[in-house]
Amino acid sequence: MSVQTDAPTTLDVRALGVTAVNRALRALPDGAQATLVEVRGAHNLAVGLTNKINITINGNTGYYVAGLCDGPDVTINGSVGWGVGENLMSGVVRVRGNASESTAATAHGGLVIVEGDASSRAAISLKGGNLAVAGNVGHMSAFMAQAGTVLVGGDAGDSLGDSLYEAVVYVGGKIRSLGADARVEELTEADIAKIREMCAAAGFDHINPENVTKVASAKQLYNFDALKNQRY
Amino acid sequence: MCGIVGLLVRDPALEADLGRHFTAMLEEMTARGPDSAGMAIYDRGVPQGSQRWSLRGDGASTNWKAVQSAIDAAGGTSSEIEILDNIAFLVTSANHAAVHEGLKHAADEKITVVGVGQAMKLIKDVGLPREICDHYNVPAMTGYMALGHTRMATESAVTTDGAHPFSPSNDLALVHNGSFSNHASIRRQLLDAGVRCITDNDTEVAAQFIGYRMAQGDDLEEAMRHVLKEFDGFFTLVVTAERSFSVVRDAFACKPMVIAETDAYVAVASEYHALASLPGIDNARVFEPHPEEIHTWTV
Repeated sequence: MSVQTDAPTTLDVRALGVTAVNRALRALPDGAQATLVEVRGAHNLAVGLTNKINITINGNTGYYVAGLCDGPDVTINGSVGWGVGENLMSGVVRVRGNASESTAATAHGGLVIVEGDASSRAAISLKGGNLAVAGNVGHMSAFMAQAGTVLVGGDAGDSLGDSLYEAVVYVGGKIRSLGADARVEELTEADIAKIREMCAAAGFDHINPENVTKVASAKQLYNFDALKNQRY
Repeated sequence: MCGIVGLLVRDPALEADLGRHFTAMLEEMTARGPDSAGMAIYDRGVPQGSQRWSLRGDGASTNWKAVQSAIDAAGGTSSEIEILDNIAFLVTSANHAAVHEGLKHAADEKITVVGVGQAMKLIKDVGLPREICDHYNVPAMTGYMALGHTRMATESAVTTDGAHPFSPSNDLALVHNGSFSNHASIRRQLLDAGVRCITDNDTEVAAQFIGYRMAQGDDLEEAMRHVLKEFDGFFTLVVTAERSFSVVRDAFACKPMVIAETDAYVAVASEYHALASLPGIDNARVFEPHPEEIHTWTV
């Protein structure tokens, strides 16, 4: 497929199909702009891209949108299904609507922004990426998150931060319950600076960086203690 | 994996297009369940005092006239029959005992009762969802509510009997995405209470359980609460009764469900793309049920 490089590219997902759309995106040079239309909930859009392009997706998407990417910035003018920004390496993924389960799962780098709510298991197994959610997150969020930062403007569901490692979670609203080995810690100046930085990056002005709850690992489940109670 | 779709019509103008919208939704769920499919379609076409029996023959050569005559003779009544290949919908004022007596007289035809009720038509078969819909003329069907399932079998064999929906009692239909781990125990408890499951399927146990609870006086939502208490496993369930429509997910919520609500309809699907062709979807309120949250709508 020939791609125009000096003008924004518009790709019709319904007409072309997901594979052709992803191939066309991959062929764009750094700095290019692309808009996806007629999305209709399609899965696996804009995945595995390494070029530094700007992608706008108009409509609600299915699963894994912008997953496995290491380069592009992606904005979704709609809501997204499971696993948006899954295993993201770099780049900014912005969801203007709500996100379903497993948002930013295992993301190593980059920033996923959800302007609405994110459902269960947001930031599960986060590995260094950042997730900023303006609204609420569902149950089991930040489960086994290893590194990176999660900022939640609204409330968090049950079992937040279960089995956390080094990742840190900031919650502006209420926390329904903490998971095993998660605990509330005092905010430090460094935390406040980090929250301020994430709010600025996400464009959030509804969070007071000095009035959030910090959740981190209590490190009681962090490693096996081979001698503890002598019974492993 | 399995796919679920459901459509409850609020604007009567949409009833004429129910089958067309429903078929498009079900076809979108093919990738989640390509081995079999089934559906319960609800309309108001059955006169008061009569019931519609969804019957399945042993093959295309069923002598439906003989079946109808046997039921009419047993009940001393006259019935109407709509035949769609090896499935027939028989509308009769004969009572349950008379219909079963008639089916006994027509035993050579090896008829299975798939469902019965005042409003429901129940169809299920093995094969691709679109082919099943076209084979049974589903796109042309009208009505106020439809529930459908595309199956990828994991817990029991790929057979028509193992396809969803399961209908344990009048106008009740259940579809399931997931698997139950304690269905054998509950199957035994139901047997002790006099309720016998027909298949080896785990979903049938949940359907029979809800049928049993409702026979004990529960309404649909109460019965669903008992499912949450008693059943262990992964599940998104959608259950339809004559006038209600209910959705529930288990505590882990590993099995998906998206709900779209407008003034004209309530639509549910395992994945959003099954809802994307519905009229007015861009302005619908689209949301997911939280874990262990029961959503019920009534007509």
